[in-house]
Amino acid sequence: MTPMRLATLRTLGAAFLAGAVAAPAMAQQPAPAGGAAATMDAVKSRGTLSCGVNTGLAGFAQPDSQGRWTGFDVDYCRALAVALFNDQSKIRYVPTTAQGRFTALQSGEIDVLPRNTTATLSRDTSLGLDFPAVNFYDGQGFMVKASLGVSSAKELNGATVCVQPGTTTEQNLTDWARANSIQFTPVVIERLEELVSAYVAGRCDAYTTDVSGLAATRSAQPQPAEHVILPEVISKEPLGPAVRHGDQRWSDLVRWTHYLLVGAEEFGITSANVEQAAANDARPEVQRMLGKNGGLGAMLGVDDAWGVRVIKAIGNYGEMFDRHLKPIGIQRGPNAQWTQGGQQYAQPFR
Amino acid sequence: MSDTAADPRLLRAPPKKGIRLSWADEKLRGIVWQVLVVGVVVSILWWLVSNTSHNLEVRRIATGWGFLSREAGLPIGEHVIDYNPTNTYARALLVGVLNTLKVAVIGILLATVFGTLIGIARLSKNWLLSRIAATYIEVIRDLPLLLQLLFWYAILQGLPAPRQSLNPVTGVFLSNRGLKLPWIQWQDAHSFALLGLVAGIVATIFYARAARAKQMADGQPRKVWPLALGLILGLPLLIWAGLGAPFAGDIPALRGFNFQGGLTITPEYFALLLGLVMYTAAFIAEIVRAGIQSVARGQWEAAEALGLQRGRIMRLIVLPQALRVIIPPMTSQYLNLTKNSSLAVAIGYQDIVSISNTTLNQTGQAIEGIAIIMAVYLSISLSISLFMNWYNARIALVER
Repeated sequence: MTPMRLATLRTLGAAFLAGAVAAPAMAQQPAPAGGAAATMDAVKSRGTLSCGVNTGLAGFAQPDSQGRWTGFDVDYCRALAVALFNDQSKIRYVPTTAQGRFTALQSGEIDVLPRNTTATLSRDTSLGLDFPAVNFYDGQGFMVKASLGVSSAKELNGATVCVQPGTTTEQNLTDWARANSIQFTPVVIERLEELVSAYVAGRCDAYTTDVSGLAATRSAQPQPAEHVILPEVISKEPLGPAVRHGDQRWSDLVRWTHYLLVGAEEFGITSANVEQAAANDARPEVQRMLGKNGGLGAMLGVDDAWGVRVIKAIGNYGEMFDRHLKPIGIQRGPNAQWTQGGQQYAQPFR
Repeated sequence: MSDTAADPRLLRAPPKKGIRLSWADEKLRGIVWQVLVVGVVVSILWWLVSNTSHNLEVRRIATGWGFLSREAGLPIGEHVIDYNPTNTYARALLVGVLNTLKVAVIGILLATVFGTLIGIARLSKNWLLSRIAATYIEVIRDLPLLLQLLFWYAILQGLPAPRQSLNPVTGVFLSNRGLKLPWIQWQDAHSFALLGLVAGIVATIFYARAARAKQMADGQPRKVWPLALGLILGLPLLIWAGLGAPFAGDIPALRGFNFQGGLTITPEYFALLLGLVMYTAAFIAEIVRAGIQSVARGQWEAAEALGLQRGRIMRLIVLPQALRVIIPPMTSQYLNLTKNSSLAVAIGYQDIVSISNTTLNQTGQAIEGIAIIMAVYLSISLSISLFMNWYNARIALVER
């Protein structure tokens, strides 16, 4: 070995040593924005809530002509902002695509993701997410043009189907097709607007997504009657806000904000009568829910008046539903109160 | 200590060979700096890796390559090799790579031919032709590629539905589901015939080389084309006929929702190919024009003085010299075209980016997904660069 090469080797060896000594010291720094219980403090100190919403789905999340976001899912962002800051404007809306949404949440770009997201086992575990609540029970369906003359999804053998990539929809479609021996050609486009326009232009025979999404898309068409939603529902789609795994305080706040909205409807408390109820309603659970006693708000890391604030600003679950989803033709169905035979069931405020 | 050490003359050391522990020592300074720089680089890398893996662990995000052997469950519209959703993620990603290559290779070939023609047209003495070429170049290269892709895709979607499809020739259908062409039912005999064709082309190249070497020796030109014809056309035909000449047409027919059978060119693939070829050809045209104009006028005149025809001047004198100017920037255009093919995501052509994105979305393993995309593009780009550099070295001016 020449002295030259020896010197180089020595240098490299020393460098690795130096690196090995220096690196552990640097690596001890706490992970930014990760870890347990960090989100609540981060949001409070930042003063705004980063909320991941759909890029545009009528009824759930859509910017209006002035750029204000409205919709059923957006109301969850608003409810959280009211609970934390008593100010609906302290929200940074981050429109996320089906493919980009989880990365945005994992990386800490957004704090919560109310975006028609289906809770599944693998998302709960290997994606590092948590689904604190189900705010909309849905199922996957198909929409076709009325002119096609199809009345059942079973008749779709050989059809071309428009589907969004990176969704449970995509996987359900292949499962269902395999189970029913149906051949189909997929057209897979990420941006919802492009996908819907491909369906409308006739590139696909059918468009598949959650039935609520189909209803939203159908209502946004110039002639909704030209499109038919087929009767088959091929999957269970429990949709709900997602948060990062391992942050229980934040997860608790999201879960109980949902139960507050649902519970308020159950007890007949609306944005119109909430202040009156807070003052006069004698039912013990209502008193606890609206912070008259029990100190439940403080347990969640907000103040006791959060219930009154949220219901006054946003309204209860039923009001949200009537405001955003009823106009586009979505029925309460499984999302009715448990007292009405539905599945929306608030856990006790105690 | 011995006596010699006490001798003061010997204490004055001979010219030094080792390292003195002083900042003034050049060798020591060099080593210190090297240790520092390498140490910093290694520490940064180490920190990045450990920080990432620590954060992934904290956030309970799965890592590793185990997902590659799991069932993908994602539907893919067009695939060069057999694929169905029960296959693994690894196979789905391979389909994506092949789809990227399919558009990149054909795109590069078409863009080269089309771009060269426009470049030559731009230099034409015909006023109308050169103006049209100039307008094409200016318009196309000034508009963002994504916009052009969406434009072409929208145009193709405007075609009639399958049941009202355009049918210019029997068996050819144009609709918003794409272009349907008649094809043959592929059998083993066809594969062997294809193999014969490749063998014929290789043999022809060798024969042409030998003929040229002989011509160099005795000055007698030898005809290559009769044998070439026999090898390239005759051989595959003979093999095909020898295997029983199987032939069965696969004519597309409207059945149910769509056409069945035949060869399909989907609107997604066609829009992407069209957009990439049109866009890149505009740049290639300018490169070709610059190359041709870089050859001095004197070369043309000298060749004319020798009595060469215009076509031969272009082929034998001008183009070889122009190529030296054309090839290096052309490499960049090929690389651009390949990388721009990732815009396929916008119009639903399932290339490696699209499939990798879906994979990372379903498995949550973003780092692995992005690493795959980077590795694929790096490999393709390096291959193109290596090939073009080899070609460039081959045509470079040989200096004596």
